[in-house]
Amino acid sequence: MYVAVKGGEKAINNAHRLLADRRRGDRSVPAVSLEQIVEQLALGVDRIMSEASLYDRELAALAMKQSRGDMIEAIFLLRAYRTTLPRFGYSEPIDTAEMRIERRISATYKDLPGGQLLGPTFDYTHRLLDPALMADGEVEPGMAAEAETGRTPRVSEILAHEGLIESDGDLPDDHRTGDLTREPMEFPMERDIRLQALARGDEGFLLALGYSTQRGYARTHPFTGEIRIGEVEVLLEVPELGFAVSLGEIQVTECQMVTQFKGSAKSPPQFTRGYGLVFGQSERKAMAMSLVDRALRAEELGEDIVAPAQDEEFVISHSDNVQATGFVEHLKLPHYVDFQAELDLVRRMRAEYEANQKKQEGNGGDTLEAAE
Amino acid sequence: MAKQENMTADESAMDETSRREAMAVLARATQAELEAAWKEWRDKPEVEPVRGPETGLVMLRGRIGGGGSPFNFGEATVTRATVRLSTGQVGHAYALGTAKGKVRYAAIFDALWQDEQTREDVEDTVLEPVRRRVQARTESRAAEAAATKVDFFTMVRGED
Repeated sequence: MYVAVKGGEKAINNAHRLLADRRRGDRSVPAVSLEQIVEQLALGVDRIMSEASLYDRELAALAMKQSRGDMIEAIFLLRAYRTTLPRFGYSEPIDTAEMRIERRISATYKDLPGGQLLGPTFDYTHRLLDPALMADGEVEPGMAAEAETGRTPRVSEILAHEGLIESDGDLPDDHRTGDLTREPMEFPMERDIRLQALARGDEGFLLALGYSTQRGYARTHPFTGEIRIGEVEVLLEVPELGFAVSLGEIQVTECQMVTQFKGSAKSPPQFTRGYGLVFGQSERKAMAMSLVDRALRAEELGEDIVAPAQDEEFVISHSDNVQATGFVEHLKLPHYVDFQAELDLVRRMRAEYEANQKKQEGNGGDTLEAAE
Repeated sequence: MAKQENMTADESAMDETSRREAMAVLARATQAELEAAWKEWRDKPEVEPVRGPETGLVMLRGRIGGGGSPFNFGEATVTRATVRLSTGQVGHAYALGTAKGKVRYAAIFDALWQDEQTREDVEDTVLEPVRRRVQARTESRAAEAAATKVDFFTMVRGED
């Protein structure tokens, strides 16, 4: 019989003090500053913002420092912080055609208007460790060239006039934009809520699901129509002013995945699309998101649902790593009473099993004798 | 009479556009820039806080496929403030991030901008340097990206 107890207060306090000590590490090594994290571990900061679903580079850097670089812990910290703040409103939808582009590539069109800008990419590097970075040497600034200015149309707009590619996703006119931070999730869900869930989804989970569609589990024949990374303006309609105020710029990554579609009872043969939009420079996540968005449109496009990546409830219910880690990690908390109850149960079942076993051995012996 | 009313409407629309632009510049200023400008400001009016500065969240929206129906894709921290000057003007400011000090100064300068007496000073000593800095950064970023533009060329096939 287990009796409920309290305790561990001193152990917990000392454990947290030890955590702070280990977080700081060797005191002869300078402490890392938030500015250093924001500037030099920028893509890690972007991942925290994206999966915490909160755009704030400084706070994301603080979360990374506090979590000792444990990304999911950092995402959890930032997600928890957002619950302490009031909501001022909803922004106007950002316009990615007006993006100040830092990188923009297309795997479908070589000569698209505005050109292919590689930007600060890992692509075409040799993936060799660079010993030069072990020292703090001089780094040359980027080269400069004359830039085109103005709006850069998305590749989907260029393709649209032939009618061989579907248009941007339009929900019915009377549809009110869903918000999963305000309403409980219900399945099946509309594409807007699904995209909100995918935008905050775990990069590794979405990457694996996107990969599974390429390997034949819900094959969609994808091409990267376009990836663009850069800054977009955020506008907020302010009632006391009566106009939309510009709040500044955020950096986003947008991916337009184009997939061949042989047609179905619901739609003619054409190129269909999956969409990815992620905070910061997060190309892998944006690509994975667009693959999974497309796979999850199976029902809408009249495709057979045969693979995990097409199963909306499975994908969306398991894509949030804060929820996932909460439920998995809760298993390490004390379950003494639960376990005691199960132990009693297993003991009883074992006793019954052994009694049955004995009885059958007795019967078995009789049969053997009879046979002899 | 009707003509005069139209002119007033046009003027106020123009005023609104200029104020939106001024507020956009203030949102992009750094705390240090605004603090220094306020320090240098002669004849400072009394500043009474009306609201904030306070930090909250704005849910950011994108569009499906880039141009389709809106969807919510994540929040951002936003700080806002409203102040009233002893000269009577009420100033508002909103900016991404959590910099309360900066946003309070931005609200003060928004109020000073609305006053015909001080608008030109705000334009010259506060907004113009910020505009120049932001513009220079935008241009150098665009130039750096442009230097990574791919020039495709056709390989010579050497058939003859």
